[in-house]
Amino acid sequence: MPGCSNTPVTLFKFINPVTIKPRFRSCISRLLLLTCFFAGQALAEDDADFSTRVQALNVKDFRVKQEAVEQLLALDHLRTLAVAQALLDGNLYYRKSDKQVFIVEEAEVGYHLVDPLSGAEAEILSARKVQKIGINNKLRRLLKNGIARLSLQNPDPAVRLASVRQMYSRMDTASAEQLATLREVESDPDVIDAIDTGLALDGLSSADGRQRLEAIQRLSGSLEPEARNRLQAILGKNADGEFIESSADVRKAAKRTLANTDGKRQLNKLAETLFFGLSLGSVLLLSAIGLAITFGVMGVINMAHGELMMLGAYTTYLVQQMMPSHLGASLLVAVPAAFLVAGAFGIAIERGIIRHLYGRPLETLLATFGLSLVLQQLVRTTISAQNVIVSNPAWMSGSLEINPALSLTYNRLFVIIFSLMVFGLLMLVLKRTSLGLQVRAVAQNRSMAKAVGIRSDWVDAMTFGLGSGVAGVAGVALSQLTNVGPNMGQAYIIDSFMVVVFGGVGNLWGTLVGAMSLGVANKFLEPYSGAVLAKILVLVFIVLFIQKRPRGLFPQRGRAAEG
Amino acid sequence: MIVQILKQDRPGQLLIGALGLAALLVPVMNLVMPADSAFHMPTYMVTLLGKYLSFALLALAVDLVWGYCGILSLGHGAFFALGGYAMGMYLMRQIGERGVYGNPELPDFMVFLNWQELPWYWQGFESFGFALLMVLLVPGLLAFVFGWFAFRSRVTGVYLSIITQAMTYALMLAFFRNEMGFGGNNGLTDFKDILGFSLQSDVTRIGLFLASLVALAGGYIVCRLIVQSRVGRVTVAIRDAEDRVRFIGYKVEDYKLWLFVVSAVIAGIAGALYVPQVGIINPGEFSPLNSIELVIWVAIGGRGTLYGAVVGALLVNYAKTYFTGALPELWLFALGALFIIVTLYLPRGLVGLLRRREDAV
Repeated sequence: MPGCSNTPVTLFKFINPVTIKPRFRSCISRLLLLTCFFAGQALAEDDADFSTRVQALNVKDFRVKQEAVEQLLALDHLRTLAVAQALLDGNLYYRKSDKQVFIVEEAEVGYHLVDPLSGAEAEILSARKVQKIGINNKLRRLLKNGIARLSLQNPDPAVRLASVRQMYSRMDTASAEQLATLREVESDPDVIDAIDTGLALDGLSSADGRQRLEAIQRLSGSLEPEARNRLQAILGKNADGEFIESSADVRKAAKRTLANTDGKRQLNKLAETLFFGLSLGSVLLLSAIGLAITFGVMGVINMAHGELMMLGAYTTYLVQQMMPSHLGASLLVAVPAAFLVAGAFGIAIERGIIRHLYGRPLETLLATFGLSLVLQQLVRTTISAQNVIVSNPAWMSGSLEINPALSLTYNRLFVIIFSLMVFGLLMLVLKRTSLGLQVRAVAQNRSMAKAVGIRSDWVDAMTFGLGSGVAGVAGVALSQLTNVGPNMGQAYIIDSFMVVVFGGVGNLWGTLVGAMSLGVANKFLEPYSGAVLAKILVLVFIVLFIQKRPRGLFPQRGRAAEG
Repeated sequence: MIVQILKQDRPGQLLIGALGLAALLVPVMNLVMPADSAFHMPTYMVTLLGKYLSFALLALAVDLVWGYCGILSLGHGAFFALGGYAMGMYLMRQIGERGVYGNPELPDFMVFLNWQELPWYWQGFESFGFALLMVLLVPGLLAFVFGWFAFRSRVTGVYLSIITQAMTYALMLAFFRNEMGFGGNNGLTDFKDILGFSLQSDVTRIGLFLASLVALAGGYIVCRLIVQSRVGRVTVAIRDAEDRVRFIGYKVEDYKLWLFVVSAVIAGIAGALYVPQVGIINPGEFSPLNSIELVIWVAIGGRGTLYGAVVGALLVNYAKTYFTGALPELWLFALGALFIIVTLYLPRGLVGLLRRREDAV
């Protein structure tokens, strides 16, 4: 039909955007942070020395420059690393006006000059007023080695660990020696482990078969991708069909070790899939839980539920627009704001439309669907028809690395925790407050509740407001995972209904179990069938399931179930 | 018998009369009148009218189950689209060597996907008769299987609405996949001719328009016959009090299933008429929004009247064409407001409004 969108509704857009930065870069940024932190403790004369050596980098002759780099690397200053890294990355510039050297961060307009000593921002200049300090391959090598050495001596064990692991892919005799000396003084057990792995990797290329065997045994159980690659290389054959590894014993050991680690790896893979499933389940839970109240408890079909989530997401956007300098705190403001905005809309919807349609569920469905169109168009005309950009605060990006084969991204982790918190809070409200008591009373027996003096009209409005508010809160979480646009609500409405119906109408625990099991099932199916087919399979499963058990996983029993 | 029933059905007479009049006037206005005449009707208008008529037929199908049996299907767009795809597959096979890649056997998108031979489910679609059979069979079969499960386990009311919506949603996702072999995102398009007549020619367009007219008139009569029959009375009773009908001893499921399948087949025919006129069918037709929109056509016209559905479909679609052309921003506001106003204030639709006046007189 003309005018209707032909674009595929991408489900769960949040599957993709989580990109883990290469370990290298995240390590460097952590390094920079740390060095900034310690900068204050540096001694004054060191500082002066440091500044002169940094200034000395600004020379044309590469031989002189090499000397200057060596001088700089020799100085054990806490900012050395930052400057060396900047030079390596081509971010070290000098100001043409006074030849002063700065670290440069490219900004939207011009270049941000950062003082090499303090790490504080000095000024913003246009690209024409600064000049890059160039390096050649020899300097590059020198810098890389120097940076590695400096990182290995860093006071933070996490930095040392990262830099040791960074060395794995380019182990040679020199780096092995470096690691061996480091091991003598190292106290952190994790770093020692990492060093041992590195030494074992080096041992794999030893000429002595016994040493190779030993190295393989030490690598047993290591989940490092590099270890796996090297072990697989041992089992490989060369072009003539002969084994690269001459000793059969070594090959056997490598095979055994590989099988051992593969088992472990699969276990981790399983845990990762489970994690993805739970995070998808949490999104489903968040989007369905408001519906579980309006549909499950009140029996109102609210097709505008997705649009209430959209309103929550747009509230997040507006809050961020209002406080651009406090992105980290903006989410904390957005959650109550979204609750209030969506809740107010919900109450208005209940009073304006739904109130007149109680007992006519199909009409309610149509009216609220119309409302959803109006809300979408409202956002389109007042804000923008395009998607808006909601930024993630810093504490939401990055990932928690449990072991080399398993890392959990923070935003998914937060969504899981957040959804459970919302669920818990809602449970508390329904089970422990007087409003909750009244809501349950009206849901179970309206006329009896009225008879004991409960204002059922007011309770209806409050219940609907509560459910809508929760939808708004879900929108805040969604804004961190997926695109925020006028159509975002539509993608979730069918899923949320499926979750509620699958879990059992009128049962919040059912919604929890339903959401989580559907999320996990989806993610476990995905590797075999692809994302879309997994989605379809789950939908088909639910449709069949509803045929078999029309009242869901946890059907409501007793009088409330009738009618 | 048909005459007898139509005799009691004044709005029906009006409708059939109007369709008959259009059948006479439109070809004359399009083909005979000179292009500069005030009475000339451009071809695009004929096609537009033909499209409206196929939508009206679809609305009729929805009204049959919703108005006369209380089954609010939010998945009728799926039956419509399946009928459309069956027709689209026939039209696709007619392209032959005229495609971009010039492959006599495979449609362009299959060549593009590097497929070597026609999938088994595309076999037979080069024959018009077979395609027509599929237009009837595929939606009917889906409705039968779906309804058989749903009605037997007594899924009713909003639950049924939601799972029908899930059905069309799942089908949409499936048809978006290239591996399905239905052209993926782009669907089927670039049709050249039907039964040897070029789809671009005015005469073919008029022919398709007349076919839609006949189908709508025929569909109306069939539906009217059904709802006037004993079966129709039972389904109305089911709509009003399902349990009682069951307790009296009727097999409620069988009646519902039968009506649902008939309705799906009518929807499929509507889809088959729609596709050659608009020249494209893509997975967007499966979108839940479409299915729910067509429910509102029926609601606006007045459910449970049949002619109300036709009136509603024609009016809303005319308004849609007008709005999306003149005030595109306002269309969704207007459509949304229509949903709300009709459900709140016009439970019997526009037709109900007129009737009330009649009753008052």
